[in-house]
Amino acid sequence: MTSFLPPSERIWWKVPIGRQELVWIGIALVWCLIMFFMMPYWHLYGKQNLSNEAYQTTPASFQAKVDDMIKQYQVGEEAGMPVVRPPAGSDIYMLGRLWQWYPILELEKDKSYRLHLSSMDWNHGFSLQPVNINLQIIPGYEMVLTVTPDQIGDYAVVCNEYCGIGHHTMLGKIYVKEI
Amino acid sequence: MARFRVCPDSGFYFDKSAESLMKVNAVAAAVSLLVAGIMALGVILTRWQEVHLLPADLFYQALTLHGINALIFWIIFFEIAIMYFAASTLLRSRLAAPKWAWAGFVLMIIGAVMNNVAVFQGRSSVMMTSYAPMQAEPHFYLGLILFAVGALIGCFVFLGTLVIAKDEKTYEGSIPLVTFGALTACIIAVFTIACGAIILIPTFLWSIGYINHIDAAMYRLVWWGLGHSSQQINVAAHVSVWYLIAGVLFGARPMSEKVSRSAFLLYILFLQLASAHHILVDPGISSEWKVFNTSYAMYLAVLASMIHGLTVPGSVEVAQRAKGLTKGMFEWLRKAPWDNPVFSGFFLSLIIFGFIGGITGVVMGTEQINLIIHNTIYVPAHFHATVAVGTTLAFMALTYLLIPVLFRRALFLPWVAKMQPYVFSAGMTLMILFMLGAGTLGVSRRHWDMDFTGALLSFEYPGTAYVMMAVAGIGGVLAVLGGVMYLVVTVGSLVFGKKLDESAGFLQSFGLPLPAGTYNISRADPVPMAPRLAVEEHGSAGFEAPGTFVLAMALLVCFVVYYFINWDYLSSVWPLS
Repeated sequence: MTSFLPPSERIWWKVPIGRQELVWIGIALVWCLIMFFMMPYWHLYGKQNLSNEAYQTTPASFQAKVDDMIKQYQVGEEAGMPVVRPPAGSDIYMLGRLWQWYPILELEKDKSYRLHLSSMDWNHGFSLQPVNINLQIIPGYEMVLTVTPDQIGDYAVVCNEYCGIGHHTMLGKIYVKEI
Repeated sequence: MARFRVCPDSGFYFDKSAESLMKVNAVAAAVSLLVAGIMALGVILTRWQEVHLLPADLFYQALTLHGINALIFWIIFFEIAIMYFAASTLLRSRLAAPKWAWAGFVLMIIGAVMNNVAVFQGRSSVMMTSYAPMQAEPHFYLGLILFAVGALIGCFVFLGTLVIAKDEKTYEGSIPLVTFGALTACIIAVFTIACGAIILIPTFLWSIGYINHIDAAMYRLVWWGLGHSSQQINVAAHVSVWYLIAGVLFGARPMSEKVSRSAFLLYILFLQLASAHHILVDPGISSEWKVFNTSYAMYLAVLASMIHGLTVPGSVEVAQRAKGLTKGMFEWLRKAPWDNPVFSGFFLSLIIFGFIGGITGVVMGTEQINLIIHNTIYVPAHFHATVAVGTTLAFMALTYLLIPVLFRRALFLPWVAKMQPYVFSAGMTLMILFMLGAGTLGVSRRHWDMDFTGALLSFEYPGTAYVMMAVAGIGGVLAVLGGVMYLVVTVGSLVFGKKLDESAGFLQSFGLPLPAGTYNISRADPVPMAPRLAVEEHGSAGFEAPGTFVLAMALLVCFVVYYFINWDYLSSVWPLS
């Protein structure tokens, strides 16, 4: 009389379900629906959502946009990398390549920016620390999202998608300042 | 032509050719687990920052080997053995096309060896996921393709055996629930392998230069049809194993055939959508698509798992109460055979899968919450709870059941076997909990160095992250010890274990059938239907398994609390839109 024998009732699908199981299925279903509707709810009322904005691109054209931004707004240099302070509300760019996030961005607290991200070569993981926001960066695709840094500080961009032997040296920086 | 033997201890029927195939597949699985376990030690001792054992190149190589051997080879070899058991042994049927089954097995072996060789050679440390445009050697992909073709043959042998059993009327009524679960696993496996073929064949052609471009986003989308669905095969398989063990140890029967089978049906319909979990923060995919798929339509596969979470322990409770263990809520559980590794392995697998693996999986698979979890070490923590404890420990428990029955050997060092599920699950749980914590602090997965040695810029994780990774390291070492204990017991039993059948020698342990005279039944008696119970005409009005209901409600409370804690955490990060 076990689970590995054919059911005792030939027409087992007509055997009524016990009350305990019905109650549990009901509770579980309600919970599943709550979890489901939390996601659209957050799209309407939550503040942390990804945009659906993305474009196909090529490494060369994305690089050109990055270089253009650097040319206009560079304010310094650190570890051989340009530091850029683009105006609040503007389009800002960061690219991932083996093995750096380029360039360093300086942003103003509580101002919004349209951040464009793409990869020049392989998959990379944009992991903003210690805030802990994580995005997948894919070559050939340009992801656009609006960010509003709400705290002052030095933030690091860790690469958290494996990208070869130098993966652990791939770090970037975003500085958030009160200006 | 006589071809069956009956195990005198368990009453299970073994078809001669199916028996050999189950043995060789189980042995191949154990060998894969050995490789995976050795690599696991290298990985965990490197992530433990104070130890930092391996250099970067060896670390990524070990991690690739660990992932592929543990997640693919160990589990799928074992699942093929389970499918043959569920079709041939449980239905007392001859196996369909044994020669094809052997061909499939040989292909799987060639594929597994070829893939391992590619990674050992050092130029294919691309992780299990091998995301294009990062490229491995051609034989890395070819090995996986051959392995998948072999596994596909195994699936069709299983389906063919079901057809034969039906045709030859080896059972009455419907197939047993356990076989139904194995069928679920098989159907998901066919889908999985199809996705694998769609992505790996072009990738192989790209690696030898016949195709010049693989779109990186498309690769991730289709690859996860393989990568995630293969883990859903595991869920269906290990839930079946849970029902099987409950049936063998307690004579447990499903509380309701309809409910348990419908839950498996929900798996078939919805589980595969969860490939979306991996691409929730990818560019180019709309939120509507993400929300629908990541939630398996409307969490209908989660519903199915929550149902099994009630009905599996519930079936044990009902059986135990029928034996008179009715005191209080939990006498049935207290007086369960906790010193039998088949039981302890099964029950720990069930609890840890549900409470840790299930809850973390749903939480991180929520579209927006994934933003604070994607690619952190939280992710491997989750899937060690599901696959390393849920699936692997269930399979280990089943092994202890099969060694006397299938291999006809007594357990070697039974006291080690008795402790093994506790050591393994304690180590795993420790590792998992602290990796979850470290992931919440942003520690990355698949990352050689938390100190970023050699980077031009710098970043320091908080001290707690280091402590957490160290504790996870200790847990990981303990889990590896549990793995060693498992292999000592299983390999020891096959080689040195007391023979329960005089002719069960060394070669018989590794696939050779017992002497021809042992197979003295030419046509097995049909499998009897389970005997009727009074309750079956009307269903049960009362709560037959109140203890289980309490456990289920405890799970739900943890689930709800943890779910909203994560929303709260999400609401504290930078606004994005």
